[in-house]
Amino acid sequence: MKSFSRRYMRNKGAVVGIAIVVLVMLVALLAGALFPSNPWNAVAEPLLDPFTDPAYPLGTDMLGRDIAAGLAYGARVSLLVGVVSTLVATLIGISIGALAGYYGGRVDDLLMRLTEFFQTIPTLAMAVVLVAIFQPSITSIVGAIALVSWPPVARLVRGEFLSLRSREFVQAAVVIGLRPSRIIFTQILPNTMSPIIVTASLMIATAILTESALSFLGLGDRNMMSWGFMIGAARTMLRESWWMSFMPGVAILLTVLAVNLIGEGLNDALNPHLRSRGGL
Amino acid sequence: MKSIGFVPNRLAKAVFVVLGVIVLNFLLIHLAPGDPASVMAGEAGAGDEQFLAQLRQQFGLDQPLYTQVWLYLKGVVQLDLGFSYRNNVPVAELILDRLPATLLLTGSAFVFSLLLGVALGVMAAARRGRIADSAIMTGALLFYATPLFWVSLMAILVFSIQLNWVPPFGMESVGAGLTGFARIVDIAHHLVLPVVTLGLFFTAVYTRITRASMLEVSSLEFVKTAKAKGVPPGQITRRHVLRNALLPVFTFAGIQAGQLLGGAVLTETVFAWPGIGRLMFDALLQRDYPVLLGVFLVTAVMVVLVNLATDMLYRFVDPRIEVNA
Repeated sequence: MKSFSRRYMRNKGAVVGIAIVVLVMLVALLAGALFPSNPWNAVAEPLLDPFTDPAYPLGTDMLGRDIAAGLAYGARVSLLVGVVSTLVATLIGISIGALAGYYGGRVDDLLMRLTEFFQTIPTLAMAVVLVAIFQPSITSIVGAIALVSWPPVARLVRGEFLSLRSREFVQAAVVIGLRPSRIIFTQILPNTMSPIIVTASLMIATAILTESALSFLGLGDRNMMSWGFMIGAARTMLRESWWMSFMPGVAILLTVLAVNLIGEGLNDALNPHLRSRGGL
Repeated sequence: MKSIGFVPNRLAKAVFVVLGVIVLNFLLIHLAPGDPASVMAGEAGAGDEQFLAQLRQQFGLDQPLYTQVWLYLKGVVQLDLGFSYRNNVPVAELILDRLPATLLLTGSAFVFSLLLGVALGVMAAARRGRIADSAIMTGALLFYATPLFWVSLMAILVFSIQLNWVPPFGMESVGAGLTGFARIVDIAHHLVLPVVTLGLFFTAVYTRITRASMLEVSSLEFVKTAKAKGVPPGQITRRHVLRNALLPVFTFAGIQAGQLLGGAVLTETVFAWPGIGRLMFDALLQRDYPVLLGVFLVTAVMVVLVNLATDMLYRFVDPRIEVNA
């Protein structure tokens, strides 16, 4: 554990990443305290320039909504969707990959065809269709993103399982008569956690980008303010008030960048033998 | 003829995926909350009971599910993608009309991002650990995290609104009535921003892969041999390393083609580019589900075709890959 944190801290980008993510999390948690009124409510005159009124430091939009409040509440949606959809996708990926890798043969064939199928379909187009058909809500958004994101995890887990399956400690577990479910969960899975954690952390970044794209296209949850929605709404005002779409974009960029940096830091710390490959 | 033995196998896989997409499309209509007939009608005629009854009969919605799947499959194979009751046109016609614009946009973005990405990746690898390397990789890291639609808006702001270099939207100057070469120049002018903004994310991806691949190949034995023989460094990079390093980049490019087509929804929406991505966005606004599902189906089929093509190309380019590998 000590060497893990030392290896992680050696990567300066990863430390910056942690700092940014902690900041975004704090803003998301404190949004209610910092901005008690609903971010959808008009609170001041519309189109207030940023840095002119200390009560509304980032200005207001065309309906007089507080942009700073929108950013704070938007952080909640981005983090929530990013983390929950990645958790769901990781669970699906682990289940499918573990079954395919452990049992091999027909089961493997079938599950890998399914995985290839989902990997081929363009993710954003599929997410758009799913959310539109099942009506935009936080649940349908999380579900859609999870459903298009699991294949890389499944492939990764399958590969690890295939190579670990024939190792002596697994063979020994089979010989002493452990049930397959116990072998999968107590013998093999713990040994595959490092690459899964790295992949999952990078998936959070992609999920945040996908969520922002969905809400930009008008497929966000109507009860929750999100960064993508703010950019989409401010689009028509680009000529007059560019900062309205500029600021939420910076928020997305910084958050996604930070998550990616953390992912790379984790990769360096958890898979030191992969370092020489130069990333990706 | 050993080397084309894998073709039937790959074709079978492609057909499997296409069939899967068609069935998925069918299921989506049925899984949607509410009656499939009203989903198909969109908001256009969902209130009209007589119209819905007619739809149910026409699509066999009162028959067992497997009969319906069969009817749907048969329709799609005959290029019948349903009818847009909002636009009063068959969906296939709408899509075919818009397809060339999307192919122009995504094809150009694909070439742009691949060329620039490979060039930057080679430069970074050659200057490993120096300033140029860090600058390129930092840029790649930034664009890898930038939302596509936002960078498009910011590009319009800077290059169209502030600098007035390129038009902010559309594919052609409206009402200019240009023909021949003048028209091509006009379209190219409109194409610049959409292509660059759509391509930036993928440029970042290719840069990273190319750099990693170049460094990996550089460490192999045959490169050392070439160095020992006294082959000039530039020649080693170009003739020995690059050729081998490009193979994984191409494979990955085939996979990314799907993401590129998905990204076109955002680019075309921001730039009012008259392709199928914009059509998808309009269908979203109008809740025109037949068009939405039609675009999805066509996009998925195109991705399958691109993957098939790169896969075959790859195997011909790299003779080391065995037929049944």
